[in-house]
Amino acid sequence: MIRSLPYSKTYGLSFKLYIILYFTFLFAPLLVTCVLAFNDSQFPSLPWKGFTFEWFTGNLPERVGIFHDQINLDSIWVSVRVAFFVTLLSVSVGTCGAFLFEQEDFRFKPVLYFLMLAPLVIPGVILGISILMFSTVLGIHFEETWKLDVGLFRPGFWLVVLGQFSFIATLVTLVVSARLRKFDRTLEEAALNLGANRFEVIWYITLKFLRPAILGSAAVAYLMSFENFNTTLFLVGSEATLPINLYLQVRDGSTPVINAISFLLIVGTSLAALANLYFSRKETQ
Amino acid sequence: MKRQTRWGLFLFITPVLLWLFLLIVLPHIDLLIMSFRTENDSGDMMWSVSNYLNFFHEPIYWLTFVRTAIYSVLVTLLTFIIALPVAFYITKVVAPRFQGFLTLLLLLPFWVSELVRVYGWMILLRESGVFNHFLLKLGILNKPIEMLYNDATMVLGLVYTSMLFMVVPLLSVMESLDNSLIEAAYDLGANMWTILFRIIIPHATPGIVSGSIVVFMLTLGNYLTPNLIGGKNSLWFTEQIYNQFIASFNWNQGAAFGFLLLFLSSIAVWLGLKLTKQSLRKVVQ
Repeated sequence: MIRSLPYSKTYGLSFKLYIILYFTFLFAPLLVTCVLAFNDSQFPSLPWKGFTFEWFTGNLPERVGIFHDQINLDSIWVSVRVAFFVTLLSVSVGTCGAFLFEQEDFRFKPVLYFLMLAPLVIPGVILGISILMFSTVLGIHFEETWKLDVGLFRPGFWLVVLGQFSFIATLVTLVVSARLRKFDRTLEEAALNLGANRFEVIWYITLKFLRPAILGSAAVAYLMSFENFNTTLFLVGSEATLPINLYLQVRDGSTPVINAISFLLIVGTSLAALANLYFSRKETQ
Repeated sequence: MKRQTRWGLFLFITPVLLWLFLLIVLPHIDLLIMSFRTENDSGDMMWSVSNYLNFFHEPIYWLTFVRTAIYSVLVTLLTFIIALPVAFYITKVVAPRFQGFLTLLLLLPFWVSELVRVYGWMILLRESGVFNHFLLKLGILNKPIEMLYNDATMVLGLVYTSMLFMVVPLLSVMESLDNSLIEAAYDLGANMWTILFRIIIPHATPGIVSGSIVVFMLTLGNYLTPNLIGGKNSLWFTEQIYNQFIASFNWNQGAAFGFLLLFLSSIAVWLGLKLTKQSLRKVVQ
């Protein structure tokens, strides 16, 4: 049963076995991907033909490692830039949202709150197509009425940024709101009494208090943007992000270069996750 | 003071309104309008319900829709059955000092991009994959079999990708379950199943509902997993939407499909909340 109650040996053992199986299920695909990134073979499969770094550093015609693979490097750079702008936008608008829903009162607040939650329950594919259609309609309208050709309305970098921002901002709003709810508002009143105006109060006091939540949600926003596929698929132009680029390669057959990229992603995200956890633990202590 | 509050409200509400109206509300209104427009014989656009009629007349469309819905329910159910013992073990059975470590281990794979995880399953299960290699070595098989591109693998992949969203709410809801309730039931002679169905599941209902809603929604809107490991005859409704948009370039038909998918996912969320008498606001928190 539970720790404090007696239970039979078979119960304990079978439970343990189940958990071991579960973790094997969880990690097997990731481990195999990582191991095969170092296999000295043209295909990401067994048998093991020896250890090599060539899928990272190689620069031979038949074996181009990731550090020399221009197409993949370009797509990583696109993803880095997209994620940067998505994080910047989501964190600023999400923090405004948190202040709006926690500290302000206005008519239709429940309606707006419901709208803010909506992106959570709209499938990413639908967000992608609706934004694609709307921007195209706007683009046609601008061109016909004002003879303006606005690049923003065509699939491409900025449309991807906007599409990802549209649902990541909800997440930031929720995380920052949760922290803002714990804020002791008498601190604000004290500052106001001492002659600060509202913006000084927000800048010097409330935002300082919100910092861990803002940094934490920025990290999650960055990662979500970096890995987004569904919404991006419909909005992407000629500059493919890393997930889109990988998808195209995986669909048309695979080489160990994909394993090498996956290895870097797995190691990178795990380190980011651990760092995030470490700092959030430190903050709560 | 009063003036300043109004300025604060204005400052916070402007970016939020821009975000929600330009990226959520207007695009979805546009999606709805487009789904009721169609081209007549002379090439002009006109109002019609023919996009929706097409859906009901072509068995391939509505069969895919029903198939997607049924498989999503199945995936949600399987995810729940697999995740419940794991959450129970980590919160109630394992020694407290391993709790943090196991939770961390549980969350780690989900920081990694979905594409990498699906790719991992591909190199495990395909004809030249790692599984086949070992089965051949052990003499269980005498020629490799293709384990990818069927419905069972697709369900496996979908369960794997959405596991996190079931485990996390279950963990938090189990954490709040008072051990003494289980102890009392045990002392009064209840067996394991009675405790499971009369105490654990009723207590865990909020977590089960929020987990199920998210898993169902994400499975319904998934494109990567069915597309990469489901193969040609395992149709998924998001693939139909993609085909209408990108391959056939029939945006009006695609908009109708998109709206149907949005409708199904909203109904599921609404039903889940109604059945358990919860509000969306409570579930997301």
